Amino acid sequence: MVARFSVGSERIKNGIFFVIAILIVGTAFGVQMLAEPPELPPFDLLPSLLRGLSTTISLTFWGAILAFVVALITGILRSSQSVVLRSISGIYVEIFRGTSILVQLFWIYFVLPLDPFNISLSAFQAGVLALGLNVGAYGAEVVRGAIQAIPRGQIEASIALNMSRGLMLRRVILPQAIVRILPPFGNLLIELLKATSLASLITLSDVTFQALTLRQTVGRITEIFTLLLFIYFLIAYPLTLGVRWLEKRRQWAT
Amino acid sequence: MFDELVEFFDFQFALEILPQLLEGLLITVQASLVGFALAAILGLLMALGRRSENELIAQPVGAVVEFIRSTPLLVQLFFFFYVLPRYGLRLPPFIIGTIALGLHYGTYTSEVYRAGIDAVDTGQWEAATALNFSPVRVWTAIILPQAIPPMFPALGNYLVAMFKESALLAAITVNELLQTGQVIGTRTFRYLVPITMVGLLYLLISYPSSMIVRKLEARYAN
Repeated sequence: MVARFSVGSERIKNGIFFVIAILIVGTAFGVQMLAEPPELPPFDLLPSLLRGLSTTISLTFWGAILAFVVALITGILRSSQSVVLRSISGIYVEIFRGTSILVQLFWIYFVLPLDPFNISLSAFQAGVLALGLNVGAYGAEVVRGAIQAIPRGQIEASIALNMSRGLMLRRVILPQAIVRILPPFGNLLIELLKATSLASLITLSDVTFQALTLRQTVGRITEIFTLLLFIYFLIAYPLTLGVRWLEKRRQWAT
Repeated sequence: MFDELVEFFDFQFALEILPQLLEGLLITVQASLVGFALAAILGLLMALGRRSENELIAQPVGAVVEFIRSTPLLVQLFFFFYVLPRYGLRLPPFIIGTIALGLHYGTYTSEVYRAGIDAVDTGQWEAATALNFSPVRVWTAIILPQAIPPMFPALGNYLVAMFKESALLAAITVNELLQTGQVIGTRTFRYLVPITMVGLLYLLISYPSSMIVRKLEARYAN
């Protein structure tokens, strides 16, 4: 045999055990840390680093909600019959997918407060807005693709049954589209979580910002940044496995 | 209407800073091309490593790939930028940036290679085995030549993504496009024009590029 033809289910099973182990160890650490702050290096740095965790998580949460809403609305508009709605949503998607998220973040945070816009946002609001609009633009393409993948016959049948466009969207199109949407949305959620680290560059005190601050006050650079990488990994990897599980389920469902 | 537009978007100023911004754009393009070359090679090595029969190779490579993919590029940039000099490895920020970019996107391209290799018909493997080809010959003469061309659209998408994502190199003081815009903004206290121009320049390159990728996609779809 020259090579493995496919990744067996055995590896996925191994992966799940691995994650459960990580979660148990992680929870144990968390409980332990609440009881008494750890003194063993490098874990003594954890309490200061984790001070930024709530910012990272709430950025992810609100960014994801905004992205989801924006993606759904824009995705539907992009499949609409009106040329105007289709072009407006198309321009939005191309602008946000065509430029870097960091540029968008800087634009929203540094340029919006100036003339002629005069819209001052807090760093947190700017972060949520940039993340939501950027990831929402990618999500819109996912929604559009899922809607397009629905067989023509179903739409023709709905028209034959004299359904209104709203009813057709709610009863026929979205329930089928959502199954296709979920795994890619899970991937976008992971991208969004990773992108929250950019908010540290506009002075938001997320975990990355805490690490940069600790670097200046404590030093111990290797420990700080290794811990930081592991913090992101421990949040993102369970999400990755969740997405894979969804993908597997979808393959069985179809 | 044009007067109003001129009032808040100073075209004179935009034209003045354009040469500087184009210099930044050149660095951005260089970083993304070098990073992409790295990602293309590392991705293939990662994909082959994960498929290795030897678990001692497959498992660690898999773990490293998953780890890199699950952590933010920005943090990886900071890691290399601050930690490497500690161990006596002093590299210019541009080199650190392209290595991190290549490594990060290598984990993405490795998935593209994986899917492409999986898509090669099983009969090709069987035929190669039946003909008693050596593993090297199977890969270089049979599998990869069939697997790689259909990957071009997906790889192209990542090249465009890397072009945009290379803006993060600004955080480790590389004078690429965004950093150039930032510097102009701080020097002149005018942010609207430089940052908007930066955005437009990104769009100017990435939009036509993604159009080309879409053309490629349509071509390989049939």
